Amino acid sequence: MQTIDWQALYDAKNVLLAGMVVTLQITTVAILCGVALGTALAVLSLSPYRLLRNGAHAYVALFRSIPLVMLLLWFFLIVPQFLKALFDLPSSVDVRLISALVAFSLLEAAFFCEIIRAGIGSLPRGQMYAAQALGMTPAQSMRYVILPQAFRAMVPIALTQCIVIFQDTSLVYVIALGDFFRRMTAIGERDGTLIPMLLFAGATYWAVSTTLIAMTRLLQARLAR
Amino acid sequence: MEYIWHWGVLLQPVATGEPDTYLDWLYSGLVNTVLLTVLAFALALVMGTVFGVLRTLPHRAAKAASATYVSLFRGVPLIVQFFVWFFAVPEWLPDSLGDWLKALPPHAQFLSASVLTLGVYTGSRICEQVRAGLAARPRGQLHAALALGFTRAQAYRYVLLPVTFRTILGPLTSEFLIISKNSAVASTIGLLELSGQARQLVDYTAQPYESFICVTLGYMALNFAILRGMRWIRARTGVPGLMGN
Repeated sequence: MQTIDWQALYDAKNVLLAGMVVTLQITTVAILCGVALGTALAVLSLSPYRLLRNGAHAYVALFRSIPLVMLLLWFFLIVPQFLKALFDLPSSVDVRLISALVAFSLLEAAFFCEIIRAGIGSLPRGQMYAAQALGMTPAQSMRYVILPQAFRAMVPIALTQCIVIFQDTSLVYVIALGDFFRRMTAIGERDGTLIPMLLFAGATYWAVSTTLIAMTRLLQARLAR
Repeated sequence: MEYIWHWGVLLQPVATGEPDTYLDWLYSGLVNTVLLTVLAFALALVMGTVFGVLRTLPHRAAKAASATYVSLFRGVPLIVQFFVWFFAVPEWLPDSLGDWLKALPPHAQFLSASVLTLGVYTGSRICEQVRAGLAARPRGQLHAALALGFTRAQAYRYVLLPVTFRTILGPLTSEFLIISKNSAVASTIGLLELSGQARQLVDYTAQPYESFICVTLGYMALNFAILRGMRWIRARTGVPGLMGN
């Protein structure tokens, strides 16, 4: 069995760090945009207007029924043409990264919408009535009473979803975007050390995920007190 | 630049000279996706049940084995697991077995590695559900079974597991749906399932929209079929009166 060539890894440290930056960039943007869009979708899906409700439901159902690999391929097909039509982009702009960011943001919006909806659903109905009885408008009740409590209820599931996103970013492999995993395999193929590189990449993802899971548990225990 | 739609391309013979049309390629992709999904789900049920039961046994080693399994396979991205099963595992096997594996037709290698990857990965998720389902059984059920003279194995086989499965049909449905979507990752090691065929069609026909639309509809149809099938099973075997059933 081959062993890990630490020297080769050390020589490639800048490339790998750049890959990790791409991985973390996609993760962060997906979480931020996902939570923002997901909150908007969740509020829409609870709206009294049927058209808005159905629209939000259709969005979530559509994005959750398509495999992530296909979504990435779809957005890598659509986004570059869209960008070309709108702006006169210099060729140095990485359309792969933009496509991946858009795909992940829109997909995670659907997942966070479901998580936030479950958070809102766990609150007693009386909360909304009480807020309105105090003279708040429906928008104010959402903003000051319902959403703060819903966010607290959903923290553990949302954090678990963040860890899932971190792992799922590795699927940008299918559009040849140079994230951490893609660059690891590229180095492995170049040097004929694919297997040790795979194991090193897996161990890295595992270490980060396991640390985050442990932190989530700690936080959960503190919130439960 | 205007996109020129050309749906008729699907009925044209393929450029590789075989007596197939591009539609036949898509159909074979669908067959591979369904095959992979069903086989991997069967393996995942077995793995999930075995390790889920281990976690509830009063042996420290059994519990640790189950916890390690879940931590290992849930902490590593699926695509890394695909690569490890396909590229690394055959190298670790004894030479005779490894050589036999590498002499198999490529398709059999892709499919077997994919079934193993998806089955073992999804098993680690189902393990948690089986464990939670078993933990939700009243303690008295195990005790009553043991008092009636069942061995522990019999108690699990005839009393605890049958009821547990009937109570976790909802989460199992989700896992079935997730496995059908995760099967698309198998295209990264070379299996020509639906999404792999979608990319191959783009390479050969340069008509990406037609190919992607067909494949996306294929996944949606599969999702719908799984939902319907599982709903049928739930209606017949789910425990009546539970919120989820």
